Amino acid sequence: MDVMELLTSTLIQGLIYALISYGVYITYSILDFPDLGVDGTFPLGAAVTAVLMTKGVNAWLTLPISLVVGGLAGLFTGLVHVKLKVRNLLAGIITMTALFSVNLQIAGSNLTIDRGTDTIFTSAPVMALLGDLSLSGRKLIVSLALVIVVKLLLDAYFHTKSGLLLRAVGDNATLVTTLAKDRGTVKILGLVISNALVAFGGCIVCHETRSFSATMGTGQLVYGLAAVIIGVSLMHFYTGTRLARGLRKSKALRFLGSPQGTTAVVLGSVLYKLCIQVAMSMGLPTNMMKLITAALFLLVLVLSGRKGEAIIHA
Amino acid sequence: MLEVRDITKIYNPGTQTEQRLFDHFSLTVEEGQFVAIVGSNGSGKTSLLNIICGSIPIEGGDVLVGGQSISKLKDYQRYATMGRVYQDPAAGTCPNLTMLENLSLADNKGKSYGLGRGINKKRIDFYREQLSSLGLGLEDKLDVRMGALSGGQRQAVALLMATMTPLKFLILDEHTAALDPKTAETIMVLTDKVVREKGLTAMMVTHNLRYAVEYGDRILMMNRGRVVLDRAGAEKAATSMDDILAMFNKISLETGN
Repeated sequence: MDVMELLTSTLIQGLIYALISYGVYITYSILDFPDLGVDGTFPLGAAVTAVLMTKGVNAWLTLPISLVVGGLAGLFTGLVHVKLKVRNLLAGIITMTALFSVNLQIAGSNLTIDRGTDTIFTSAPVMALLGDLSLSGRKLIVSLALVIVVKLLLDAYFHTKSGLLLRAVGDNATLVTTLAKDRGTVKILGLVISNALVAFGGCIVCHETRSFSATMGTGQLVYGLAAVIIGVSLMHFYTGTRLARGLRKSKALRFLGSPQGTTAVVLGSVLYKLCIQVAMSMGLPTNMMKLITAALFLLVLVLSGRKGEAIIHA
Repeated sequence: MLEVRDITKIYNPGTQTEQRLFDHFSLTVEEGQFVAIVGSNGSGKTSLLNIICGSIPIEGGDVLVGGQSISKLKDYQRYATMGRVYQDPAAGTCPNLTMLENLSLADNKGKSYGLGRGINKKRIDFYREQLSSLGLGLEDKLDVRMGALSGGQRQAVALLMATMTPLKFLILDEHTAALDPKTAETIMVLTDKVVREKGLTAMMVTHNLRYAVEYGDRILMMNRGRVVLDRAGAEKAATSMDDILAMFNKISLETGN
């Protein structure tokens, strides 16, 4: 594979996995909730998508459906944590473990979508607009568009009343209680949004790879965490530089000087994918991928000096 | 206004460390009264506040506001008509949100937190005015992250946030204890101003006997889950720092503190 092609595919992957990282950003960074359910919700989105596609459902329809299904998984984790008072880590583990079987029940087995079925990247509207481009060109543009749309929606949401309350609950849950709001409900809402996004990411990955495998979720949380921590650490570093401070002084360029958390997440995701690709391209067998993922994550934690803390906000 | 009726509170019930703090304890606070509560550690001051706010469960008794029992209400539901300022200046605000975002959150208390804009630009002038009345130069720092402010500044904003929307009852839980003497004084003066201006019913737990004597309409001294001194009105006016201190030393000796 030539370098250009490799870079494009890395960029596509980095962008698609940014969707999952958005979800992890909400739980880990904003809610301070390490949600292991991600490892189950991600393949859930892919399983639902793969089944619907093989049944001939319109490719675009799988997007809202996976969002809803993922949201339900988040609702489950949230209810287990808030109503049954199970610790956050354990609530996620319960969802993750249960979903492994649920995903296999949904998909039946590992699935491959045959070449004759249109994915979103080969669907009629995309072909009409971007038909002149190669498949990877279309993948790049479509995933970039999705990442930007979701980013803008999330940024807007974080600045609504509901979004402020969500950010407040991870920052200082006591304050939410004194505002006469049930902190549990706010947490559940955050988990629903987060898991909806993670399953959405799983859906897009399924479109990209034309496949679902039961084990594809393993290590997704670690991926998301690494992306979030890389992105957030770089952003912290950047906002302290003279350049960023200078940009913030100008009203028109202010947004360049204080980037949103979501922007940092996308950047982190692309960089992390690139790091993994570089390590793999040194000739390591595919089986080593998760080991590389974990080793790089450890490296990121140590270098960022965070070692597990990354509470920042939109 | 507020009535704590016949409450029993047992810590670690059924274990070797079982400790009965309140045994059929009752207390009534009248509307508009500023009650200062003093007492040594473990006397039940903070437990009393936590029971009123629903932060800890009780084994028996009832809490009533305006004659209505609130015992069945969850903690967050009770805060619909209550405000609270904590000892820890970090507890009353969100460190990672800006001051403007914090104030906007508090300003919306009692309304729904939906998909409307989080910050109401029309209210900014009002926030500025409120902040400048604190006299801490905070009115120009609306876009600053709350965590970047000092403890005293945060506590002042926390006080402002707790009393921003109409409330029946203000709980002050050793809210000057973590501050340096000068800042504590500033916060205490502000507290008094807010309580008087809004005519709030307030309960303040403090270790500062002078604040209790100076600012309270009524002084309660607690010891081992009982009220050992309760003075209001003319009786309170005739009470000096020395009287309180003498009483305090006496119970401290008795309890071995």
